[in-house]
Amino acid sequence: MITLVKRPAPSRLWAWSTPLLAVLATMIAGGVLFALLGKNPFEAIRTIFWDPLFGPNAAYFRGQLLVKAGPLILIASGLAVGFRAGVWNIGAEGQYVIGAICGASVALAAYPAESGLLFPAMVLAAAIGGWAWGMIPAVLKNRFGVSEILVSLMLVYVAENLLAYMAFGPLKNPQGFGFPGSRNLQQYPAAHNPELIAGTGMHWGVVAALLAVAGAYVLMHRHIAGFRIRVAGEAPRAARFSGVVPARLVAFCLGLSGTPAGLAGLFEVAGPAGQITDSFNAGYGFTAIIVAFLGRLHPIGILLAGLLMALTYIGGDMAQLMLQLPAAAIQVFQGMLLFFLLGFDFLTNYSIRIRGALA
Amino acid sequence: MTGDETLLAVDGLTKAYPGVVANDGVSFSVAPGEVHALLGENGAGKSTLVKMIYGLVRPDQGTMRFRGAPYAPAEPRAARAAGVAMVFQHFSLFEALNVAENVALGMENPPPMRTLGQRIREVSQTYGLPLDPDRLVGDLSAGERQRVEIIRCLLQDPRLLIMDEPTSVLTPQEVEILFHTLRKLSSEGTAILYISHKLEEIRALCDHATILRGGRVVGSCIPREKTARELAEMMVGAELQLTDRAGRTAGEVALEVAGLSLAPLSPFGPSLKDVGFELRMGEILGIGGVAGNGQEELLAALSGERPTAPGTVMLGGADIAALGPNPRRALGILAAPEERLGHAAVPDMSLTENAILTGSVRKPLTKNGFIDMAAARGFADEIIRAFDVRTPGAHVAARALSGGNLQKYVIGREVLQEPRVLIVNQPTWGVDAAAAAAIRQALLDLAARGAAVIAISQDLDELLEISDRFAALNEGRLSAPRETAALTLEEIGLMLGGAHGMQEAAL
Amino acid sequence: MIIGGIDIIALVATLMAASTPVLLAATGELVAEKSGVLNLGVEGMMIMGAVGGFAAAVSTGSPVLGFAAGAVAGAVLALLFAFLTQVLLSNQVATGLALTLFGLGLSALIGKGFEGIRPPPTAKVPFGPLAEIPGLGRILFSHDWMVYFSLLLVAATWAFLRHSRAGLILRAVGESHDAAHALGYRVVAVRIGALAFGGALAGLGGAYLSLVRVPQWTEGMTAGAGWIALAIVVFASWRAERVLLGAYLFGGITAAQLQLQAAGYAIPVHLLSMAPFVVTIVALVLITALHRQGSQAAPASLGRAFHASS
Repeated sequence: MITLVKRPAPSRLWAWSTPLLAVLATMIAGGVLFALLGKNPFEAIRTIFWDPLFGPNAAYFRGQLLVKAGPLILIASGLAVGFRAGVWNIGAEGQYVIGAICGASVALAAYPAESGLLFPAMVLAAAIGGWAWGMIPAVLKNRFGVSEILVSLMLVYVAENLLAYMAFGPLKNPQGFGFPGSRNLQQYPAAHNPELIAGTGMHWGVVAALLAVAGAYVLMHRHIAGFRIRVAGEAPRAARFSGVVPARLVAFCLGLSGTPAGLAGLFEVAGPAGQITDSFNAGYGFTAIIVAFLGRLHPIGILLAGLLMALTYIGGDMAQLMLQLPAAAIQVFQGMLLFFLLGFDFLTNYSIRIRGALA
Repeated sequence: MTGDETLLAVDGLTKAYPGVVANDGVSFSVAPGEVHALLGENGAGKSTLVKMIYGLVRPDQGTMRFRGAPYAPAEPRAARAAGVAMVFQHFSLFEALNVAENVALGMENPPPMRTLGQRIREVSQTYGLPLDPDRLVGDLSAGERQRVEIIRCLLQDPRLLIMDEPTSVLTPQEVEILFHTLRKLSSEGTAILYISHKLEEIRALCDHATILRGGRVVGSCIPREKTARELAEMMVGAELQLTDRAGRTAGEVALEVAGLSLAPLSPFGPSLKDVGFELRMGEILGIGGVAGNGQEELLAALSGERPTAPGTVMLGGADIAALGPNPRRALGILAAPEERLGHAAVPDMSLTENAILTGSVRKPLTKNGFIDMAAARGFADEIIRAFDVRTPGAHVAARALSGGNLQKYVIGREVLQEPRVLIVNQPTWGVDAAAAAAIRQALLDLAARGAAVIAISQDLDELLEISDRFAALNEGRLSAPRETAALTLEEIGLMLGGAHGMQEAAL
Repeated sequence: MIIGGIDIIALVATLMAASTPVLLAATGELVAEKSGVLNLGVEGMMIMGAVGGFAAAVSTGSPVLGFAAGAVAGAVLALLFAFLTQVLLSNQVATGLALTLFGLGLSALIGKGFEGIRPPPTAKVPFGPLAEIPGLGRILFSHDWMVYFSLLLVAATWAFLRHSRAGLILRAVGESHDAAHALGYRVVAVRIGALAFGGALAGLGGAYLSLVRVPQWTEGMTAGAGWIALAIVVFASWRAERVLLGAYLFGGITAAQLQLQAAGYAIPVHLLSMAPFVVTIVALVLITALHRQGSQAAPASLGRAFHASS
């Protein structure tokens, strides 16, 4: 019989190899899935993972990589801090939407004024919006003891309905011939989040994502505050003993993860997306959860995981176009990745033993 | 021995875990109606041995015979069916369920709840252990909880009753009642396998003793014929070193606690009620009591984990009741909680990181909030050296250390920060004798250097050994401290709440 | 009876049907949580039940087989969760989320060919003259058999947890897995069983959505119902009879909100659609605030991983 035996200490080797193992296993399982859908699995995997980077039209797709990875990394960096502390903000999608609404509202209210202060004001509004939306579950948790998991998630649905309401109502483009959706911010220079270096996909959101990675690294791995956050996640009583006040920790983590999510929403709406529509959010808030875990909640890992996940988005689009692979197949693919990762994770803390081998 | 006289015969049981052989060829036998002691230090392999007899752990090698037939229980159910019952030290009651439900869970074919309730009342009266079947276990005292376990066993008419450290949760008077019950059982023919490291108890109760050390049987004896000291030396395998408590004088008042009350930390935990005492520099105040009577709450209130009402905790005349753990550390109040893994230390973090956990305030381990890993490693190495912590190095995770070594590390971490006031809860719980002696000596030395120490412990012998004054914590209330030298065990028992009103029922 | 443009009888009558999906899912999750496991994948299991049930019912023409397939689909997903969390000891919160994300994706993939089809109708229970009673007949005796079956399941779950020995063992495992293990109960087996039951009920709830409530398959059609079910378990303080209350409260809000939309009030439709979620949050706040005074209701081992060290 096979049993799991707890290792005396977590294995560093496995901690870093399980994500790779998970990616490999997902490729194999994904290949099987694609074969079942009647596609050539090797072609599908190549289309998803190889062609966007090195295929015939790679020049275009490489730019898209940063566009997709930016928000994922930005959101995941914040979420990972909370996850490390055992504070489960799973409503980043909602905070993303609210950030976008707040930022875009500032721009649309100022329209058509041109000012260098407009974009910073939008950023500020989005940050406050995302932070405030994240603070709702924090306050309810601290004041009443309500699970932040459920509240943050419920607030996603509230935010999505609010988004639809805005797109059809207050923020609707008065010159939009009755179509839902706001004015296009790409055509409003003061509010536009442009590509900073042509062809790279680099916009302010990507810059923010890189800053978030650096900031998270310094906080979590160099500073005593981050040390205490990690303690809180591993041993809550020890954290209290080392001076952590649980309520402050909850507020800090939810605020810290809500703010970047809100910012990501703004950079998206003012940049690649351009306008507020009822379906402008693309699930980045949820995919970022996968990214955070795939990156082992470590800032550098998240950077790599975000790029990989962005690749599956772009490759998925390509596979949809070239091989008529259904869009949902990529969603399944991403879900499987998280499963495999969580499944293999036990190797970090447990070793496998065949019963009797020791006797 | 012939088959008639032997109830349980254990022959050559061996069980190995990664890195440690818990039992190595253990053999002994128990006769019907015999009270048989398994004596050994923490880590000697007693728990593994009884888990094998109870079917929780399967031996790697060796055989057992029970009532003359081969016996190899695959699970506790099989052991119970054969007539073996066990009273656990921890972990076998459900706080949110009532007494009858708890009893039913420990039986193979429990009668309907109403009948069961009736039988619980009957049996509990017969053995002098009154219990109300409808009460929630979470609301019961430690002694009452143990009664639930015993009654659960008795309802199955066991041939062999295993008791794992049963007296650690009892006051001396409650111990008397328990012994009375056990003798009655023994006279009715039930054999009892009694696990303990308390020598006087074993001398008072047991007919025979098997002594374990390092997983092997190192001797057997009739305990009444040996002195406690002889038993101890068989158990430890070396001459005991007595701690040196000379050279202390009580100085000025360091800590003043008055009117301290605190709500329970857990759903079924006790609350602190109007606790008050004075602590002087250079003295050790021993606080005794059965676990679960407010020890954790008291430590939390003193360490700053739970701030309390203004004026309830004063240090050198200044009100510190509202301060958290780190401001208190800055003032020199340090603490070492009972639970090593998860409270005093983070199991998955290295010893270096665990040094930062409480050391960053008084030791220069950070610069502007940024961690100086080299300094932290230096501090960890210093603790390891000064307290003889057996570990491959400071990079090892806390959970990889044995209980005794980790406890030495935890106590060492606080002692080396030169506290003005140190509060320790169960400083030697689950620790081997050599480590326990080292820890006690460290506390005595600290007090001799002029620091004030509060030692909270269930181990009354320990408190009698090291403390200058003694106070008892019972149901969240603290008795007035008294000079330890003038106290008898009987008086201490009464301070601890005596038999909690159960005396007459038993005798 | 019409008040403010809303037919009250119709509202109360729809309440029972509108509550059924979350009632089923919440009852299943209740059993899983009572055994000490927090499965946040209810949404994923529901939607797999919805697509699985729909596909089976359409392919076979039998709604009964559809419901059975829905339950199986939910249970299979739950077993995947059980394998990861109970055998491989993965984090329950993260794994539950993964289950939801995976279920949403997989259901969309499977459901591609089933869009725009109507499923075979689920039979109503013929109550005869009872259904003719004015008002009451329509409210209580006008529903399909799944509505009554789900009520039966809730009652059976209540009786199981409260009065059976197996129920006692399940609760014991959820209270303290260490104690249950020490007494020789198979903690992991009990939990896997509870999870599978929870998954089956969530799947059944999902199938009710696609086969009766809507009735058709659309991508992402559970639209948060699984999360509401999770909230209802908390709202119900982990008690089966209160799950019924919570589900009806939620069903009432949903039904009222739809009726308001139909009645043509000038409230924007998206703000109305928000209502069930806002109300759920408010209800959670009220109930948890209330419970702070009393004892904790959640199973003590909820969400904690169990690994037998000996």
